Amino acid sequence: MSRNAIAGPASGDGQALMSVRNIALGCVIALLVLAAGLWWVWRPAIAALPEHSAVLADRKNIAHGADLATVGNCADCHTVSGRPLFSGGRPLPTPFGTIYGSNLTPDRTTGIGAWSEEAFKRAMREGVDRKGRQLYPAFPYDHFTFATDDDIRSIYDFLMSRPAVENQVPANQLPFPFNIRLMVAGWKLLFLHQDPLHPEPTQSEEWNRGRYLVEGLGHCGSCHTPRNMLGAEKRGQRYAGGVADNWRAPPLDASLVKRHRWTVDHLTEYLSTGWDRDHGVAAGPMADVVKNLGQVSQDEVHAIATYVVSLSDGAEQPTLPSADKPIADAGSIVAVYDGACARCHNSGRGVGPSNALSLTLSTAVQGPNSANAVRAIMYGIQDYRTHGGPYMPAFDRILTDEQIAALTRYVRTRYSDQPEWTDVEAEVAKARHEGSSP
Amino acid sequence: MKIALNVNGRVQEVDVGDPSTPLLYVLRNELGLHGPRFGCGLGQCGACMVHIDGEPTFSCVLPVIALGSRKVTTLEGLLVDGKPGKLQQAFIDEEAAQCGYCISGMVMRAQSLLDAKPHPTDEEIRNHMATNLCRCGTHIAIMRAIRRAATA
Repeated sequence: MSRNAIAGPASGDGQALMSVRNIALGCVIALLVLAAGLWWVWRPAIAALPEHSAVLADRKNIAHGADLATVGNCADCHTVSGRPLFSGGRPLPTPFGTIYGSNLTPDRTTGIGAWSEEAFKRAMREGVDRKGRQLYPAFPYDHFTFATDDDIRSIYDFLMSRPAVENQVPANQLPFPFNIRLMVAGWKLLFLHQDPLHPEPTQSEEWNRGRYLVEGLGHCGSCHTPRNMLGAEKRGQRYAGGVADNWRAPPLDASLVKRHRWTVDHLTEYLSTGWDRDHGVAAGPMADVVKNLGQVSQDEVHAIATYVVSLSDGAEQPTLPSADKPIADAGSIVAVYDGACARCHNSGRGVGPSNALSLTLSTAVQGPNSANAVRAIMYGIQDYRTHGGPYMPAFDRILTDEQIAALTRYVRTRYSDQPEWTDVEAEVAKARHEGSSP
Repeated sequence: MKIALNVNGRVQEVDVGDPSTPLLYVLRNELGLHGPRFGCGLGQCGACMVHIDGEPTFSCVLPVIALGSRKVTTLEGLLVDGKPGKLQQAFIDEEAAQCGYCISGMVMRAQSLLDAKPHPTDEEIRNHMATNLCRCGTHIAIMRAIRRAATA
């Protein structure tokens, strides 16, 4: 029954008037709620810096900012390979659509040249740009919000000290409703926790430094913590493992770190060189991270490792690497393994230019799914070529998809005690579709 | 065991003792095709490069058993009527070789670029050739040769 019928002649004029009043009241309340909502999400534009204003910063501050921007991996999302650093435009695929890294050079029209320090700090803390627009959380302000005022100032001074590059980045490709930036305000209400990180007095200074870097600028949780349906990190499952560019980002919690024999020293070595004698090489998106960490001071990396290893305090005892157990009836794939893999992986511990290790030590081979093993086989380890680091050729053209799948299964059975993978064919097809071999 | 190989347009049967033998060894030792060379043996330098179904591939880490019916093209397969093909001639004309050890792989790598893109930019050439190493520093001459073939 519709409202008009209730307010019809039979109900009398008094009731009709009441009903009109109710509707009016309802409208006023709705408008007030809407206005309050808009007031809550609205952020003012911050005045542009006057033209030709120089940002004055001392060199020490700029150098410190450069280190912090390196820890923050800023250049990875804000640079297209082969283009000037921080000039933006790198596409970042997300489950909601493609977002393009913005131009962080001090160009006034296409970069952040008109941004004051206050505007930059607001972007880092709250995810709002100078003009007051909501920024998508692909920009990890849920972590950067923990950075101190001094550190944000240093990064700002560093970015503003760099050459301006005019580069208009493409518009994001987000379907409705994700293209409505105001929605991000609702996301923040649910998922952005801005309470500062207070030092833990019971822990060492180094541990606290590591925690600050890991939780803040380093934004390790962006990949190593699983995300919910709205793309936010699940608070109850911190560091339980996530996904980055379809690679599996292993857990950093009790389920992995100690079990896989990571100590602070091993992890420091791995994070600053990309390779460790008991674990092998950092591949996939982690290669970019270690290349960055290789440029900052060893003290900072040691602090990061100290904190990360502490995430699995009290965990079960380390497991020994599983034994190599040759399989009797593996068929012709044994010859494929012998011809394509064995010369490097079965020649001893990290001998030769490839620095390949026995696959019993490989986290990818021990993992719960085949994502990383398949991608390492198909696209190799190419990230360290230009500076003489570990290397593996891409096998995507050397072997067929069927051979790659069979080889992946063979390696899993031979070099781990874990259950068989059931996703191998699907991962090979997916990785083939992604395609990235040179 | 006997394996049938499709090399440079001819199907030939070869007897290989060990099915894990790299394709490179079979090409050189059984078929006498000395275009592809042994450089690092680890899929790192590109001296052994051949085309597998038209795609540039390291033959030193390709177990011969894995080849199947896929077509192999070696440097010898680029000859036209027994004479150097266009790209090979461009390398000769530009004298794009110092010791020459890597050049066979360089030609195979470059040929795959020109097959897909007859007129590449310098940046495209550089990116494409980055997988192949030359220790003599012949890169400038190699660039010239590829450009010559692309514009001829």
